[in-house]
Amino acid sequence: MTTGPTPPEPTGPTHTGRTATDGTPVPATRAPATAQADAPAAPDPAAAPPPPSTPPSPFTGARTLATATRVLRQLRHDPRSIALMILVPCVMLFLLRYVFDANPRTFDSIGASLLGIFPLITMFLVTSIATLRERTSGTLERLLAMPLGKADLIGGYALAFGLIAVVQSALATALATWVLGLEVIGSPWLLLLVALLDALLGTALGLFVSAFASSEFQAVQFMPAVIFPQLLLCGLFTPRSAMHPVLEAVSDALPMSYAVDGMNEVLRHADVTGAFVRDALVVAGCAVLVLALGAATLRRRTA
Amino acid sequence: MMNYSEAAVRARGLTVRRADRTVLRGLDFAVPPGRITGLLGPSGCGKSTLMRAVVGTQAKVTGTLDVLGRPAGHAALRARIGYVTQAPSVYDDLTVRQNLDYFAAVLDPGRARRSARRDAVVRAIADVDLTPHADALAGRLSGGQRSRVSLAVALLGAPELLVLDEPTVGLDPVLRRDLWELFHRIAAERGTTILVSSHVMDEAERCHRLLLMREGELLADDTPDALRARTHTETVEAAFLHLVDEAAALQGSTR
Repeated sequence: MTTGPTPPEPTGPTHTGRTATDGTPVPATRAPATAQADAPAAPDPAAAPPPPSTPPSPFTGARTLATATRVLRQLRHDPRSIALMILVPCVMLFLLRYVFDANPRTFDSIGASLLGIFPLITMFLVTSIATLRERTSGTLERLLAMPLGKADLIGGYALAFGLIAVVQSALATALATWVLGLEVIGSPWLLLLVALLDALLGTALGLFVSAFASSEFQAVQFMPAVIFPQLLLCGLFTPRSAMHPVLEAVSDALPMSYAVDGMNEVLRHADVTGAFVRDALVVAGCAVLVLALGAATLRRRTA
Repeated sequence: MMNYSEAAVRARGLTVRRADRTVLRGLDFAVPPGRITGLLGPSGCGKSTLMRAVVGTQAKVTGTLDVLGRPAGHAALRARIGYVTQAPSVYDDLTVRQNLDYFAAVLDPGRARRSARRDAVVRAIADVDLTPHADALAGRLSGGQRSRVSLAVALLGAPELLVLDEPTVGLDPVLRRDLWELFHRIAAERGTTILVSSHVMDEAERCHRLLLMREGELLADDTPDALRARTHTETVEAAFLHLVDEAAALQGSTR
């Protein structure tokens, strides 16, 4: 027997009088109430009882770790990208050192700022493209149809790219301080800490904007849109206090400003200052906030 | 008539809207457990949308849709359904084995399960006949091979329901035959329910049961034999055309 021959009237949404919910979609989860009324028998006994061996949980360390491993394995098949991510910042620092050959004090200030900016930019680019690929290739839809928490996915990306950022920053910091003579009064470990926080912020921003890009072209264009204004206003080119008051206020609201301020605190002070702690907390807070926003753009159900 | 309470998938008045368009219009059907149900119809008739609704990735679903005894999209179903999208959804920059390793770890995480995972991965690769290519990058494989990697991912974790969106499109006849033999083996040996879509009508003959769709509506929900008998036709394709004409005539007369 056929169950659903076409109704004898012209096709149109009006014939679904029985749902009577035209316009306001009722989630399918509303279903069992009506279902039970039609079929009083219990649901398939084979289907009902034992929950799968691994109860679905929103966050498990093992899945996060597996995701991070997968992201790093993907990168390993792309040695050129790794080389670019790690070497370009070093080359830029090297270049800058000799651009400011006549006045090494300028290099100190700009060099330290750049140690904070490079990880942010690199991770922003890498993450926005990587997650965009994940969205367009269908792997994101597949993963979200599997027992993977959104936090596992985001945590996995943050972990993998955070690791790359540590390597990148360690190399760049070592080159700047030992080879190029960058004068850092504070601990290089603090430079590394800020660099790592910046990398997380870049990962978070990249993840977030990838939701608004429908192609890799667009994703790359988000870099000038999101990063350049921060670059201009972060105090790299001129002290923030010397800017037009409006711009100064804007720069107070941009996270990269705090990344650069934090780097300069380490540069000038031997111990951990209150200003440094504040800067680091602001950058970390922004990273967490944007990661949460990014998580909200991962939808299990899409149109 | 099939008992609705035993169905692996059961829909009542299933409707899906996309933008301002109604893609599925009040569908009623049931998919029997442990059998192969074919979802057939021309491109754009709503097959993929229906499958996404079953898997729980489709937004704006109204009506009733129960899958394995729970509302579609329920979190507990995620480990029990294997889903293959139309375009192969695998990582091109990982090898076949690395792809499967990752998805296996998502399904069955933890260090303690490592050896169980390794066995599952080896079996899934063997199931789709890709053992010689296990260490090749997915991106370097042919289109047909990549879609088999995607299928292998869905076979991991021995799902109770397999939802396959046009798994044989673009494959050569030998591979298509092999895959259909695999589907029948999985249904028979593991008791897996399979919902498979196709727009190639000759594949309909290989299904236990058919859902024929056109423009978001169901034309028929029956076995291939019963369809041919009812419409006095030789093939499912002819039966489909007969039903389309019948529906059009019915619509025309009520206008």
